[in-house]
Amino acid sequence: MTEFLYMGGYAFYVWTSIALAIVILLFNVISPSMKHGRNLRQATDLYLLNRNDSDDT
Amino acid sequence: MMKWLHTMASSAWFYRFSGRVIPWLMILFIALLLYGLYGGLVLAPADYQQGDAFRIIYVHVPAAWMSLFIYVVMAVYGFIALVWRIKLAEVLLISSAPVGAAFTFLALVTGSLWGKPMWGTWWSWDARLTSELLLLFLYFGVMGLYAAIEDKRTASKAVSILTLVGVVNIPIIHYSVTWWNTLHQGSTVSMTDKSSMHIDMLAPLLVMALAFKVYYGIALLLRTRTELIEREPNSKWLKAIIEEKIND
Amino acid sequence: MMQLSKLYLLVSSEFLTAFRNRHEALNPLLFFVLVCLLFPLGIGPSPVLLNTIAPGIIWCAALLAILMSLSNLFRTEYENGTLELMVLATHSLTVLVIIKLLAHWMLIVLPLILLTPFIASALGMSFDVQLTLLSTLLLGTPVLLLVGAVMATLTLVIPQNGMLLALLVLPLYVPVLIFGTSAVNATASGFSAAGPLYILATLCVLSLTLSPFAIVAALKTGVSQ
Repeated sequence: MTEFLYMGGYAFYVWTSIALAIVILLFNVISPSMKHGRNLRQATDLYLLNRNDSDDT
Repeated sequence: MMKWLHTMASSAWFYRFSGRVIPWLMILFIALLLYGLYGGLVLAPADYQQGDAFRIIYVHVPAAWMSLFIYVVMAVYGFIALVWRIKLAEVLLISSAPVGAAFTFLALVTGSLWGKPMWGTWWSWDARLTSELLLLFLYFGVMGLYAAIEDKRTASKAVSILTLVGVVNIPIIHYSVTWWNTLHQGSTVSMTDKSSMHIDMLAPLLVMALAFKVYYGIALLLRTRTELIEREPNSKWLKAIIEEKIND
Repeated sequence: MMQLSKLYLLVSSEFLTAFRNRHEALNPLLFFVLVCLLFPLGIGPSPVLLNTIAPGIIWCAALLAILMSLSNLFRTEYENGTLELMVLATHSLTVLVIIKLLAHWMLIVLPLILLTPFIASALGMSFDVQLTLLSTLLLGTPVLLLVGAVMATLTLVIPQNGMLLALLVLPLYVPVLIFGTSAVNATASGFSAAGPLYILATLCVLSLTLSPFAIVAALKTGVSQ
C-alpha cells in the first residue's frame, strides 16, 4: 500500500495530476448543474409571476 | 431521415432526451474511470525508464486527445450552425468550449508535472507544447468572444466563424512532433499501425480515453440544458416542463 | 464580375480615403520604430546579442504594429453607418474587402517594411540576412493583415475590442512569427531559408484566397445585429 502511494518517488507528481484531473472533472459537472438549477428556478419564478399577473387582469 | 434529424435538432426533444440519458452516462463514466485508473495505477507494470512517473500518462494523454477532439467537434457544430442555421448546433458549440478548455488546461498542467521529473523542466517552448498552449488561447477566445457580444444569435454566428478559422491549429498540434524536432516524444499510439506500447499499458489508456469521451458527453449535455433555458425563456417546451415540475 | 470602370472607381475611392487618413498610418509606424529602438536601450548595446535577437525584435514589433492598426479597420464605417450600406448595396462585397485590405496594406504596412532596412542596419544585420528578412515580411505581413482582419470584423460590434482582438489573433499569428524568424535565423546561420519561406508563401496564398470569405461572413454577421 505504501509502495502504491509512494509511486517510486514520484508521489507528488503522479498524485497531483490525478487529484487535479478529479477536481477539474468534478467542477465541470457541478458548476453547470448548479447553474441549471438556478436558471430553472428563475424561469419558474418568471412563469409564476406572469401567470399570476394574467390571473389578476 | 430529415424528419428524424429535425426532431433531434429541436430544443424540446433535446432537453427531455438529455435529462433521461445523463444518469446512464454517469454510471458508464464512473465504471470506465474506476477500471481505467485501477488498470493504470495498480495493474500496469512500471516503465523501464520512467518508473512510476509514467502513470501520469493515464490522465495526460486522454486529456490531450480530448482537447483536440472537442475542438474538431466544435468546428463541426460551427459548420452545421452556419450552413443550416440550426440553433441547437450553436448551443452545443458554446457549451463544448469550457469543457475543451478544461481538458486543454489539464493536459498542459499534467504535462508540466510529468516534464519536471522526466526532462528536468516545467516548460519548454517546443512545437507541441506551444501549439497546445495556443489551443488554450483559442478556447478562451471563443468563450471571450461569445461573452462580449450581447445578442446571442450574433455571438453564435461570430463564434462559429472563429472556430472554423482556428481549426487549422489542430493538424499543427497533431503533426508537430513529426514536423519538428521536439522535446515532447513522438507518437506511440496509432489507429492504423501497431502501437509501440505494451498492451498492459495501452489498455487502461484506451479505457481512460473512452471514459473522458463519455464525460464530455455528460458535461456537454449538462451545459447545453442550462444554456437552452437561458436562451429560450419564453418557449412552450420550457413552460410545459415548468408546469410538470409544479404539478409534481 | 465587375466592370473595369466600377473596379477603378472602387480602388480610387478606397485609396483616396486611406490617403486622406494617412495620419492614421503614422501611429503603427511610430510604434514600430519606437519598439525597435527600445530594445537596444533596454537590453544593452552588445552587437553580438543584438545581432542574434534582431530578427525576433523586428518581427515582433511589426506584428504588434499591424495588430494596432487592425482595430481601426472598419471602425469609422461601422460608426457612421456606411458599413451597412456597403454590405447591403455592394455588388461584390468580397472584392470591396480585398481592395480595402490592399489599400490598408500599401499605406500602413508597406512604409513599415520600407523602414525595416534602416532599423535592421541599426541592429547590426548583414545585407543577405536583411534580404531574407524583407522577403519574410513581404510574405508574412499579408497573412497577418488578412487573418487579423477576420478577427477585427468578428469583434467589430464590441466597443473596447483591443484585448479580445489580441487574444483571438495570437494563436494564428504565432506560426507566421515562428516561420518568419526561423527563415531569417537560418540565413544568419548560413543555412538555406527556402523551407520556411515556402511555408510562408503557402500561408500567404491560403489567407489571400480564404480570408476574404470569412471577412465577408463576419461583416454580414456584424451588420445584421
